[in-house]
Amino acid sequence: MPGQEQQRPSRREDESEDVPAVPAQGSGQTSAKSSETDADVDALLDEIDEVLESNSEEFVRGFVQKGGQ
Amino acid sequence: MTVRRVVGIETEYGISVPGDPGANPMLLSAQVVNAYATATAGGRSRPRWDYEDEAPLRDARGFEVDRARAHPSQLTDAPRRATPNASDVVSAETEDPTMANVILTNGARFYVDHAHPEYSSPEVLTPRDAVRWDRAGELILLESLRRVAATPGLTPVTIYKNNTDGKGASYGTHENYLMDRATPFGDVVRHLTPFFVSRQVFTGAGRVGLGQDSREAGFQISQRADFFEVEVGLETTMKRPIINTRDEPHATVEKYRRLHVIVGDATMCEVATLLKVGTTSLVLAMLEDGWLERSPAGDLPLSEPVRALHEVSHDPGLTHLVRLRDGRRMSAVQLQWAYLEAAKAYVEDRYGADVDADTAEVLTRWEQVLGRLETDVFSAAREVDWIAKLRLLEGYRSRDGLDWDNARLQAVDLQWSDVRPEKGLHRKLAERGQVETLLREEDVRHAVDHPPTDTRAYFRGECLARYGARVAAASWDSVIFDVAGRGALQRVPTLEPLRGTREHVGALLDRCETAEDLVAALTG
Repeated sequence: MPGQEQQRPSRREDESEDVPAVPAQGSGQTSAKSSETDADVDALLDEIDEVLESNSEEFVRGFVQKGGQ
Repeated sequence: MTVRRVVGIETEYGISVPGDPGANPMLLSAQVVNAYATATAGGRSRPRWDYEDEAPLRDARGFEVDRARAHPSQLTDAPRRATPNASDVVSAETEDPTMANVILTNGARFYVDHAHPEYSSPEVLTPRDAVRWDRAGELILLESLRRVAATPGLTPVTIYKNNTDGKGASYGTHENYLMDRATPFGDVVRHLTPFFVSRQVFTGAGRVGLGQDSREAGFQISQRADFFEVEVGLETTMKRPIINTRDEPHATVEKYRRLHVIVGDATMCEVATLLKVGTTSLVLAMLEDGWLERSPAGDLPLSEPVRALHEVSHDPGLTHLVRLRDGRRMSAVQLQWAYLEAAKAYVEDRYGADVDADTAEVLTRWEQVLGRLETDVFSAAREVDWIAKLRLLEGYRSRDGLDWDNARLQAVDLQWSDVRPEKGLHRKLAERGQVETLLREEDVRHAVDHPPTDTRAYFRGECLARYGARVAAASWDSVIFDVAGRGALQRVPTLEPLRGTREHVGALLDRCETAEDLVAALTG
């Protein structure tokens, strides 16, 4: 099993319960081999490009929700 | 029972008006639900929801929260008070959004919950049926969206099967499992906590942004994990707990407990939904049977479960080791292997070669997905939402040199779950055969209008389909008739979820032409 720990070496009782300082991208994320070829992925992205909202910034900013369980 | 168990999935959908982030979400949600109901009911009066047996403040730990001290959002048995700022929007001119509440002929409830349209699936018995009626919900939301768009005067909306806006708001996808009331609740907490913390590795829907309000850029496994703050509790809208204690079985109280699971994500991948329900059902079966007590999987107490939930979600490399109270450290995948090994041994011991196909399927797929996660994360991209989504995101990042804070990546995250097939990225992958599907589309479409045949949802749905004009109200555990010749409404309790099946009442319903005939037959 992988042994690269990504947590703080120790933690004291009085530390706050906020989101822990774990790196955003795990080490395996970018190095993991895709089982598909680059050409396949590019073809897929080209198709997704055609349906992706054209103004991403505005689309993302406008997506606001209230309430929820 | 093994993976066979009374289960339902309820989903609050995200709703948005392009170009108008300030639009009133309650009114929009009511518009969505009403557009569907009006189109399907064909003008007849609509049965109301029966709140008679609701008890949202009853706690599984053996007490009831004082009504005066509860947050208004907890009072789901009094909808007007449960909605935030209801007085702001309810007026003589606008239809009361809290009345947007319909019971569908497939046995589901479709209504406005707080500020979202919510689809609560009918009760089903198998993980495959859970997937089927959950997917039927996607089609119902799609049809609603189209009805709204086609109606002059209504504001067109877009709808998403996700769990956060990335700005601090989260809305839930809840699973409900009926289980044996006799199982001590402390055992439920002890055994399910490590299971829920670790199951995200295949149930996570994937999310761009870290922290409740995405204050850090990056990608994490779960949509919901960052919103959980305590280990056990009754709340669902704040201080969210990994184990929720709401004790409202909607069934015979002495016999059943309804385990209300709020820690899951809304999943688009059919295999992920199958595994979410199937593996949880298996763990519950082992719990009820006392099997976990004698298994290594019964001894995995985490030292800080909430922290571990966040850490696992923030580790798409799957290398993080969570700390157990006894000092051991294990990865989420290792924790899952422990539960899988226990389940395999359990099923072998109890059923051997006679195992049913649904249980065998869940065990096989559980083992396959864990194997893939262990060897090459991306090899599970056909089955697991967060991995399929991450593959797209990494594709963009490497093709266009994007950083994690790029809005296009957040747009991919949102659009993953857009219910419109021409826009939804998961649907696009499904059309290309890049994610695995389990069901034929015609079977999903059939589930939009028809109930499962093997639970009480059959009775509810068929009564609505056959005698809808005479149904005054209904709920999970009742159908109330308003029939000629009877002064009072006639309430038919349906407290036993395994009665009211087609086998049980199909012939009776076929024999009764009218609601009057049915009520006469039922009351003798």
